[in-house]
Amino acid sequence: MARVIVVTSGKGGVGKTTTSAAIAMGLAKRGHKTAVIDFDVGLRNLDLIMGCERRVVYDFVNVINEEATLNQALIRDKNCNLLYILPASQTRDKDALTQEGVGRVLEELKKDFKYIVCDSPAGIEKGAHLAMYFADDAFVVTNPEVSSVRDSDRMLGLLSSKSRRAEQSEEPINEYLLLTRYAPERVKLGEMLSVDDVQDILSLHLLGVIPESKSVLNASNSGTPVILDEKSDAGQAYADIVARYLGEDVPHRFIDDKKGFFRNLFGGK
Amino acid sequence: MSLLDYFKISKVSSASLAKERLQILVAHERSSKNQPSYLPQLQKELLAVIQKYVNVSQDAISVSFEQDDDQETLELNIVLPDHQAKAV
Repeated sequence: MARVIVVTSGKGGVGKTTTSAAIAMGLAKRGHKTAVIDFDVGLRNLDLIMGCERRVVYDFVNVINEEATLNQALIRDKNCNLLYILPASQTRDKDALTQEGVGRVLEELKKDFKYIVCDSPAGIEKGAHLAMYFADDAFVVTNPEVSSVRDSDRMLGLLSSKSRRAEQSEEPINEYLLLTRYAPERVKLGEMLSVDDVQDILSLHLLGVIPESKSVLNASNSGTPVILDEKSDAGQAYADIVARYLGEDVPHRFIDDKKGFFRNLFGGK
Repeated sequence: MSLLDYFKISKVSSASLAKERLQILVAHERSSKNQPSYLPQLQKELLAVIQKYVNVSQDAISVSFEQDDDQETLELNIVLPDHQAKAV
Protein backbone atom coordinates (compact mmCIF):
# COMPACT_ATOMS: atom_id res chain seq x y z
CA MET A 1 0.00 0.00 0.00
CA ALA A 2 1.38 3.40 -1.01
CA ARG A 3 2.11 5.97 1.71
CA VAL A 4 1.83 9.72 1.30
CA ILE A 5 4.41 11.62 3.37
CA VAL A 6 4.18 15.38 3.89
CA VAL A 7 7.31 17.32 4.81
CA THR A 8 6.03 20.40 6.61
CA SER A 9 7.04 23.04 9.15
CA GLY A 10 4.98 26.19 8.98
CA LYS A 11 8.10 28.34 9.14
CA GLY A 12 10.23 28.88 6.04
CA GLY A 13 13.91 28.16 5.67
CA VAL A 14 14.11 25.31 8.18
CA GLY A 15 15.01 22.62 5.63
CA LYS A 16 11.78 21.24 4.14
CA THR A 17 13.05 20.97 0.58
CA THR A 18 16.47 19.67 1.67
CA THR A 19 14.65 17.06 3.76
CA SER A 20 12.17 16.15 1.02
CA ALA A 21 14.98 15.63 -1.48
CA ALA A 22 17.07 13.62 0.97
CA ILE A 23 14.38 11.26 2.24
CA ALA A 24 12.87 10.73 -1.21
CA MET A 25 16.32 9.77 -2.50
CA GLY A 26 16.91 7.62 0.59
CA LEU A 27 13.67 5.70 0.15
CA ALA A 28 14.36 5.16 -3.57
CA LYS A 29 17.93 4.06 -2.86
CA ARG A 30 16.50 1.47 -0.48
CA GLY A 31 14.57 -0.01 -3.39
CA HIS A 32 11.19 1.69 -3.03
CA LYS A 33 9.70 3.43 -6.03
CA THR A 34 9.26 7.00 -4.84
CA ALA A 35 7.82 10.24 -6.22
CA VAL A 36 8.55 13.63 -4.74
CA ILE A 37 6.18 16.52 -5.43
CA ASP A 38 6.88 20.24 -5.09
CA PHE A 39 3.77 21.99 -3.72
CA ASP A 40 5.39 25.42 -3.71
CA VAL A 41 3.61 26.76 -6.79
CA GLY A 42 5.17 30.02 -7.95
CA LEU A 43 8.36 29.51 -5.92
CA ARG A 44 9.56 26.09 -6.99
CA ASN A 45 12.96 24.96 -5.79
CA LEU A 46 12.84 21.22 -5.41
CA ASP A 47 13.98 20.89 -9.04
CA LEU A 48 17.08 22.92 -8.21
CA ILE A 49 17.89 20.88 -5.10
CA MET A 50 17.40 17.64 -7.07
CA GLY A 51 19.51 18.97 -9.97
CA CYS A 52 16.84 18.54 -12.63
CA GLU A 53 15.93 22.21 -13.20
CA ARG A 54 16.86 22.08 -16.89
CA ARG A 55 14.72 19.05 -17.58
CA VAL A 56 11.39 20.56 -16.46
CA VAL A 57 8.89 20.55 -19.32
CA TYR A 58 5.50 20.04 -17.70
CA ASP A 59 4.56 20.58 -14.09
CA PHE A 60 2.10 19.66 -11.34
CA VAL A 61 -0.43 22.33 -12.40
CA ASN A 62 -0.33 21.11 -16.03
CA VAL A 63 -1.23 17.63 -14.77
CA ILE A 64 -4.03 18.95 -12.54
CA ASN A 65 -5.45 20.93 -15.48
CA GLU A 66 -5.03 17.88 -17.74
CA GLU A 67 -2.73 19.82 -20.09
CA ALA A 68 -0.16 17.01 -19.69
CA THR A 69 -0.24 13.43 -18.48
CA LEU A 70 1.45 12.42 -15.26
CA ASN A 71 4.06 10.44 -17.21
CA GLN A 72 4.92 13.49 -19.30
CA ALA A 73 5.44 15.65 -16.21
CA LEU A 74 7.35 13.20 -13.99
CA ILE A 75 11.14 13.60 -14.25
CA ARG A 76 13.23 10.52 -13.62
CA ASP A 77 16.13 11.26 -11.29
CA LYS A 78 19.61 11.08 -12.82
CA ASN A 79 21.09 9.24 -9.80
CA CYS A 80 18.38 6.73 -9.05
CA ASN A 81 15.93 5.20 -11.50
CA LEU A 82 13.34 4.49 -8.80
CA LEU A 83 12.96 8.19 -8.01
CA TYR A 84 10.73 10.63 -9.88
CA ILE A 85 10.22 14.35 -9.40
CA LEU A 86 7.01 16.26 -10.07
CA PRO A 87 7.98 19.95 -10.20
CA ALA A 88 5.71 22.84 -9.23
CA SER A 89 4.63 25.44 -11.73
CA GLN A 90 6.76 28.57 -11.61
CA THR A 91 4.36 30.89 -13.44
CA ARG A 92 1.08 30.17 -11.66
CA ASP A 93 -0.08 31.00 -8.16
CA LYS A 94 -1.17 28.70 -5.35
CA ASP A 95 -4.84 28.93 -6.37
CA ALA A 96 -3.99 26.76 -9.37
CA LEU A 97 -3.99 23.83 -6.95
CA THR A 98 -7.40 22.36 -6.18
CA GLN A 99 -8.26 19.74 -3.59
CA GLU A 100 -9.97 17.62 -6.21
CA GLY A 101 -7.03 17.93 -8.63
CA VAL A 102 -4.37 17.14 -6.03
CA GLY A 103 -6.41 14.18 -4.81
CA ARG A 104 -6.73 12.84 -8.34
CA VAL A 105 -2.98 13.11 -9.05
CA LEU A 106 -2.11 11.42 -5.74
CA GLU A 107 -4.53 8.57 -6.42
CA GLU A 108 -2.92 8.01 -9.80
CA LEU A 109 0.58 8.07 -8.27
CA LYS A 110 -0.47 5.60 -5.56
CA LYS A 111 -1.10 2.95 -8.22
CA ASP A 112 2.52 2.97 -9.28
CA PHE A 113 4.60 4.28 -6.36
CA LYS A 114 5.35 3.02 -2.86
CA TYR A 115 6.10 6.41 -1.34
CA ILE A 116 4.89 9.86 -2.36
CA VAL A 117 6.77 12.68 -0.66
CA CYS A 118 4.97 16.03 -0.62
CA ASP A 119 7.30 19.01 -0.17
CA SER A 120 5.12 21.65 1.48
CA PRO A 121 5.58 25.39 1.01
CA ALA A 122 6.03 27.52 4.13
CA GLY A 123 2.98 29.10 5.70
CA ILE A 124 -0.49 27.71 6.28
CA GLU A 125 -2.13 28.84 3.05
CA LYS A 126 -3.56 26.73 0.24
CA GLY A 127 -0.32 25.10 -0.95
CA ALA A 128 0.66 24.03 2.55
CA HIS A 129 -2.89 22.90 3.30
CA LEU A 130 -3.13 20.71 0.20
CA ALA A 131 0.38 19.29 0.73
CA MET A 132 -0.69 17.88 4.09
CA TYR A 133 -4.38 17.22 3.41
CA PHE A 134 -3.98 13.72 1.93
CA ALA A 135 -0.99 12.67 4.07
CA ASP A 136 -0.58 9.36 5.92
CA ASP A 137 2.65 10.41 7.63
CA ALA A 138 3.97 13.87 8.48
CA PHE A 139 7.61 14.80 8.89
CA VAL A 140 7.62 18.00 10.92
CA VAL A 141 10.89 19.77 10.22
CA THR A 142 11.89 22.01 13.13
CA ASN A 143 14.93 24.12 14.01
CA PRO A 144 15.89 24.41 17.70
CA GLU A 145 14.70 27.99 17.73
CA VAL A 146 11.59 29.62 19.24
CA SER A 147 9.75 30.72 16.10
CA SER A 148 10.24 27.37 14.39
CA VAL A 149 9.02 25.38 17.41
CA ARG A 150 5.95 27.58 17.76
CA ASP A 151 5.10 27.23 14.05
CA SER A 152 5.59 23.46 14.23
CA ASP A 153 3.09 23.31 17.07
CA ARG A 154 0.63 25.25 14.95
CA MET A 155 1.16 22.79 12.06
CA LEU A 156 0.52 19.86 14.41
CA GLY A 157 -2.81 21.45 15.31
CA LEU A 158 -3.71 21.71 11.61
CA LEU A 159 -2.60 18.13 10.87
CA SER A 160 -4.96 16.87 13.56
CA SER A 161 -7.93 18.99 12.53
CA LYS A 162 -7.75 20.02 8.88
CA SER A 163 -6.47 16.87 7.13
CA ARG A 164 -8.52 14.30 5.25
CA ARG A 165 -7.84 11.71 7.94
CA ALA A 166 -9.10 14.12 10.62
CA GLU A 167 -12.17 15.18 8.64
CA GLN A 168 -13.17 11.61 7.87
CA SER A 169 -12.40 10.44 11.44
CA GLU A 170 -9.88 7.92 10.18
CA GLU A 171 -6.76 6.91 12.05
CA PRO A 172 -4.75 10.10 12.61
CA ILE A 173 -1.64 11.03 10.59
CA ASN A 174 1.60 9.62 12.05
CA GLU A 175 3.60 12.65 13.10
CA TYR A 176 7.39 12.61 13.34
CA LEU A 177 9.87 15.23 14.48
CA LEU A 178 12.99 16.00 12.41
CA LEU A 179 15.20 18.45 14.24
CA THR A 180 17.48 20.19 11.74
CA ARG A 181 20.42 22.60 11.95
CA TYR A 182 21.28 21.21 15.38
CA ALA A 183 24.51 22.40 16.99
CA PRO A 184 25.38 20.16 19.98
CA GLU A 185 28.21 22.44 21.10
CA ARG A 186 25.80 25.37 21.39
CA VAL A 187 23.30 23.20 23.26
CA LYS A 188 26.07 22.32 25.69
CA LEU A 189 26.71 26.02 26.28
CA GLY A 190 23.02 26.65 26.95
CA GLU A 191 22.69 28.73 23.80
CA MET A 192 20.33 26.45 21.93
CA LEU A 193 17.23 24.42 22.77
CA SER A 194 18.14 20.76 23.20
CA VAL A 195 16.42 17.78 21.58
CA ASP A 196 14.78 17.07 24.95
CA ASP A 197 13.55 20.67 25.28
CA VAL A 198 11.90 20.55 21.85
CA GLN A 199 10.37 17.15 22.55
CA ASP A 200 9.04 18.37 25.92
CA ILE A 201 7.19 21.11 24.10
CA LEU A 202 6.01 19.30 20.98
CA SER A 203 5.69 15.72 22.38
CA LEU A 204 6.50 14.17 19.04
CA HIS A 205 8.21 10.94 18.09
CA LEU A 206 11.79 11.89 17.18
CA LEU A 207 12.78 10.45 13.82
CA GLY A 208 16.20 12.05 13.84
CA VAL A 209 18.47 15.01 14.36
CA ILE A 210 20.31 16.62 11.44
CA PRO A 211 23.39 18.50 12.61
CA GLU A 212 24.23 21.94 11.27
CA SER A 213 26.54 20.99 8.43
CA LYS A 214 28.49 22.54 5.59
CA SER A 215 27.56 19.57 3.44
CA VAL A 216 23.95 20.82 3.10
CA LEU A 217 24.99 23.97 1.23
CA ASN A 218 27.54 22.01 -0.80
CA ALA A 219 24.82 19.57 -1.81
CA SER A 220 22.37 22.27 -2.86
CA ASN A 221 25.13 24.10 -4.76
CA SER A 222 25.67 21.03 -6.88
CA GLY A 223 22.04 19.88 -7.09
CA THR A 224 22.55 16.52 -5.40
CA PRO A 225 20.47 15.51 -2.38
CA VAL A 226 22.74 15.61 0.68
CA ILE A 227 21.96 11.97 1.51
CA LEU A 228 24.17 10.99 -1.45
CA ASP A 229 27.13 12.57 0.36
CA GLU A 230 27.62 9.44 2.42
CA LYS A 231 30.70 10.75 4.17
CA SER A 232 28.94 13.82 5.54
CA ASP A 233 27.27 13.96 8.94
CA ALA A 234 24.05 15.38 7.48
CA GLY A 235 23.99 12.68 4.79
CA GLN A 236 24.40 9.95 7.40
CA ALA A 237 21.78 11.56 9.63
CA TYR A 238 19.24 11.46 6.77
CA ALA A 239 20.15 7.85 5.98
CA ASP A 240 19.46 6.98 9.64
CA ILE A 241 16.11 8.76 9.44
CA VAL A 242 15.09 6.78 6.36
CA ALA A 243 16.10 3.53 8.10
CA ARG A 244 14.13 4.45 11.23
CA TYR A 245 11.09 5.38 9.16
CA LEU A 246 11.30 1.96 7.50
CA GLY A 247 11.16 0.38 10.94
CA GLU A 248 14.80 -0.29 11.68
CA ASP A 249 16.14 0.26 15.16
CA VAL A 250 19.01 2.68 14.54
CA PRO A 251 20.55 4.47 17.55
CA HIS A 252 20.45 8.26 17.46
CA ARG A 253 23.63 10.09 16.51
CA PHE A 254 24.71 13.72 16.22
CA ILE A 255 22.92 14.69 19.44
CA ASP A 256 25.96 15.00 21.68
CA ASP A 257 28.94 17.23 21.22
CA LYS A 258 31.55 14.95 19.72
CA LYS A 259 34.37 17.37 20.30
CA GLY A 260 36.30 16.61 23.46
CA PHE A 261 36.85 18.82 26.45
CA PHE A 262 40.36 19.73 25.39
CA ARG A 263 39.38 20.74 21.90
CA ASN A 264 36.71 22.99 23.37
CA LEU A 265 39.19 24.33 25.87
CA PHE A 266 41.56 25.45 23.18
CA GLY A 267 38.85 26.81 20.93
CA GLY A 268 38.84 23.94 18.44
CA LYS A 269 36.42 24.33 15.58
CA MET B 1 34.91 28.42 23.22
CA SER B 2 38.24 29.22 24.74
CA LEU B 3 39.88 28.89 28.13
CA LEU B 4 38.73 32.34 29.19
CA ASP B 5 35.07 31.50 28.62
CA TYR B 6 35.20 29.01 31.47
CA PHE B 7 35.81 31.83 33.93
CA LYS B 8 32.98 34.03 32.79
CA ILE B 9 30.16 34.52 35.26
CA SER B 10 27.40 32.20 34.15
CA LYS B 11 24.07 33.85 33.41
CA VAL B 12 20.72 32.15 32.99
CA SER B 13 21.17 30.29 29.74
CA SER B 14 19.24 31.70 26.82
CA ALA B 15 18.06 28.19 25.91
CA SER B 16 16.23 27.74 29.21
CA LEU B 17 14.64 31.14 28.76
CA ALA B 18 13.52 30.07 25.28
CA LYS B 19 12.04 26.86 26.63
CA GLU B 20 10.13 28.63 29.38
CA ARG B 21 8.67 31.20 27.00
CA LEU B 22 7.70 28.52 24.50
CA GLN B 23 6.01 26.33 27.09
CA ILE B 24 3.79 29.18 28.25
CA LEU B 25 3.00 30.32 24.72
CA VAL B 26 2.29 26.89 23.30
CA ALA B 27 0.03 25.95 26.23
CA HIS B 28 -1.93 29.16 25.74
CA GLU B 29 -2.24 28.70 21.98
CA ARG B 30 -3.34 25.09 22.32
CA SER B 31 -6.08 26.00 24.78
CA SER B 32 -7.46 28.75 22.59
CA LYS B 33 -7.19 26.74 19.39
CA ASN B 34 -10.36 24.71 19.85
CA GLN B 35 -12.51 27.55 21.07
CA PRO B 36 -15.49 28.50 18.98
CA SER B 37 -15.01 31.75 17.10
CA TYR B 38 -18.05 33.39 18.75
CA LEU B 39 -16.45 33.25 22.20
CA PRO B 40 -14.93 36.77 22.35
CA GLN B 41 -18.19 38.34 21.13
CA LEU B 42 -20.20 36.25 23.62
CA GLN B 43 -17.93 37.36 26.43
CA LYS B 44 -18.37 41.02 25.45
CA GLU B 45 -22.15 40.82 25.29
CA LEU B 46 -22.46 38.89 28.55
CA LEU B 47 -20.33 41.49 30.25
CA ALA B 48 -22.57 44.26 28.93
CA VAL B 49 -25.68 42.52 30.28
CA ILE B 50 -24.16 41.84 33.68
CA GLN B 51 -22.88 45.39 33.98
CA LYS B 52 -26.44 46.61 33.59
CA TYR B 53 -27.25 45.06 36.96
CA VAL B 54 -24.00 44.67 38.83
CA ASN B 55 -21.01 46.95 38.95
CA VAL B 56 -18.28 44.58 37.79
CA SER B 57 -15.11 45.34 35.92
CA GLN B 58 -13.98 43.91 32.61
CA ASP B 59 -11.59 41.38 34.13
CA ALA B 60 -14.10 40.15 36.70
CA ILE B 61 -15.70 37.93 34.10
CA SER B 62 -14.16 34.96 32.38
CA VAL B 63 -15.62 32.63 29.83
CA SER B 64 -13.92 29.35 29.13
CA PHE B 65 -14.71 26.59 26.75
CA GLU B 66 -13.70 22.98 27.20
CA GLN B 67 -14.12 20.05 24.94
CA ASP B 68 -14.11 16.40 25.98
CA ASP B 69 -14.75 13.42 23.80
CA ASP B 70 -18.50 13.59 24.03
CA GLN B 71 -19.38 16.94 25.60
CA GLU B 72 -18.60 20.60 25.37
CA THR B 73 -18.64 22.78 28.46
CA LEU B 74 -19.04 26.52 28.49
CA GLU B 75 -18.01 27.90 31.85
CA LEU B 76 -18.94 31.40 32.92
CA ASN B 77 -17.24 32.87 35.95
CA ILE B 78 -18.16 36.23 37.45
CA VAL B 79 -16.44 37.69 40.46
CA LEU B 80 -18.82 40.03 42.29
CA PRO B 81 -17.46 43.06 44.14
CA ASP B 82 -16.61 42.62 47.84
CA HIS B 83 -19.40 44.76 49.30
CA GLN B 84 -23.07 44.15 48.60
CA ALA B 85 -23.58 44.15 44.85
CA LYS B 86 -25.70 47.16 44.09
CA ALA B 87 -27.84 47.92 41.13
CA VAL B 88 -26.65 50.69 38.86
